[in-house]
Amino acid sequence: MSDTILEVRDLRVTFDMYQGAVQAVRGVSWHLNRRETIGIVGESGCGKSVTIKTAIGLNPVSSGSVKGGEVLFEGTDILRLSEKERRDILGNRMSMIFQDPFTFLNPTMTVGRQIMEVYLQHHKASRREAREKALDILRLISLPNPEENLKRYPHQLSGGMRQRIMIAMALICEPAVLFADEPTTALDVTIQAQIVDLMNSLKEKVDTSIVLITHDMGVVAKMVDRVYVMYAGKIVEHGEAQTIFHHPRHPYTWGLLESVPRLDEKTQDDLPSIPGMPPDLIAPPAGCPFAARCRFCMGICGREAPPEIRLTDPEDGRDHTASCWLCHPECIARNGKTEWRAAHD
Amino acid sequence: MAKYLLQKVLIALATVFVLATATFFMMKLIPGDPFASLTTKIEVQERQREYYGLDKPVVEQYLTYMNNLLHGNLGYSLKKTGRTVVDIIREAFPVSAKLGLFSFIIAELIGYLFGILCAQFRGKWPDYLLMIFAVLGIAMPSMVIGPLLRWLFGVVLRWLPVTGWGSFQQMLMPAFVLGLGTIAGNTRAMRASMLGTMTQDYIMTAQAKGLPKAKVVMRHEFKNSLVPLVANLGPGIAGVMMGSFVVESMFLIPGLGRYFVDSITNLDYPLIMGLTIFYGTFLVTLNLLVDVLYGFLDPRIREAVKGAA
Repeated sequence: MSDTILEVRDLRVTFDMYQGAVQAVRGVSWHLNRRETIGIVGESGCGKSVTIKTAIGLNPVSSGSVKGGEVLFEGTDILRLSEKERRDILGNRMSMIFQDPFTFLNPTMTVGRQIMEVYLQHHKASRREAREKALDILRLISLPNPEENLKRYPHQLSGGMRQRIMIAMALICEPAVLFADEPTTALDVTIQAQIVDLMNSLKEKVDTSIVLITHDMGVVAKMVDRVYVMYAGKIVEHGEAQTIFHHPRHPYTWGLLESVPRLDEKTQDDLPSIPGMPPDLIAPPAGCPFAARCRFCMGICGREAPPEIRLTDPEDGRDHTASCWLCHPECIARNGKTEWRAAHD
Repeated sequence: MAKYLLQKVLIALATVFVLATATFFMMKLIPGDPFASLTTKIEVQERQREYYGLDKPVVEQYLTYMNNLLHGNLGYSLKKTGRTVVDIIREAFPVSAKLGLFSFIIAELIGYLFGILCAQFRGKWPDYLLMIFAVLGIAMPSMVIGPLLRWLFGVVLRWLPVTGWGSFQQMLMPAFVLGLGTIAGNTRAMRASMLGTMTQDYIMTAQAKGLPKAKVVMRHEFKNSLVPLVANLGPGIAGVMMGSFVVESMFLIPGLGRYFVDSITNLDYPLIMGLTIFYGTFLVTLNLLVDVLYGFLDPRIREAVKGAA
């Protein structure tokens, strides 16, 4: 476990709303190893963003509060640090790339100042040194004309360039952990591919580990070592990316994979989607949160939440867990193993 | 940029021209006669009218006036014998301007500060306290707040002089009374603007950089919140610098404010014209400056300006 750089244990976050407390994150655990990329996938509102914003120490919103759990970064619990200690890590040892480069950059500040600001905050350096550092990082992310672009304002740059600026801001202090909250969602498809390649190469150059949040399974396939599938504030399945793509066990993961458009199949059918809506997290269901939308739903699913069941990968025996009654030994003994039979398999 | 400025200046000149023309004819519509008086002989009154050219047709008077105006000559006051309008403005305006500028600067600073505090402590007691103050500041006219302050600081506490002009202490109370509305307005405007800015995505970026709260607020929130408020600067500063009749009368300050009222009740035609044109030109100039200032705050506006030129 010494290789683990960041570990989230049984994290619970709720938001106090007028209608009641929304349990956005309900006991989530994951870990990140050094020089690894993990992906947290799931649909909008499943709690992925809240999880990482809490993990990095950004208060998601004023009404949100952490109800339990710990976030261990290099062995210290982030949630128990003082405001000052937390800020010293933020942007420095752990940093974040946000989703939308159009709204997450300050419109009234040159991008150069925005990049240098991070470095100056965390290092005793002169402006000149910070500028040199900013130029270095812009060269590293291969932004054309770094000298000129430093003096530009965000609105003068294209979406892809702005996202590179966001990445530069996040990497200038060479963080140990980089969080990326859907870093490609707001970009054109061709730019998405560039950004993915860039992040993959930077991971080696800067020696950082990445926590990627996305609902784009294509990005997962290109970047991620291990996948955590989140649904309704819980991790429902976890495994190596290969395992998740080839031997998924949770019906929700099946649904996610089925709804990826495929170019290699000629079909007239509509793109499959998961019917229904995620459950109301003010009063989460007693049983499996996915039961109402699951085509394999059994009697027990509505009554009792499934435990996290350890599964061994049939090929290499690597870690794989799923929280689904279908994977329970008793269920398998009675009904046989329910396999994913998607159209293209 | 030069073309843009030239365009703005031309529009400003046209505005002043229209203002002067409209004022001239409206002024002539006021019934009465500046020299009508029971004690002055009719012949004397007529001679005065002849001397000032008031017996000529209105259009001719207008043309003469506009010609003089082009040469910077605003004429003689009809009531303050022997004094030109330019003299009066030259003497009284610095007083009003000094008071107004001082008042304006402290009012802007206090207003922004209060607005920032309100936004940062939204829904907590500093917010409520300052908003009550702001509502009072807007609701209470200076003729109410002025005497109350003079009574408190001048009579009861004896900290500040009750009236007069000259020393810094004498400037404090009138400046505050004059600026109260600006403070209140700015508090509300800054609060609303900053509450909007605080929820912007780039503020989260700033927090994620590990910046301390003060830097996030001043560097990222304040400047972006200031942009919509800049539009109020021009009219605001012109308003207070032209002097307030109420405040200047109350504190016995020899400023421009009382001439505005006196000139109209006295039908002192050249003075009415002179003050209106002076005020108008001043306002238009300040608005021009504000347009330029906008560009400094928001690069996107600067760009639009360059594009238009």
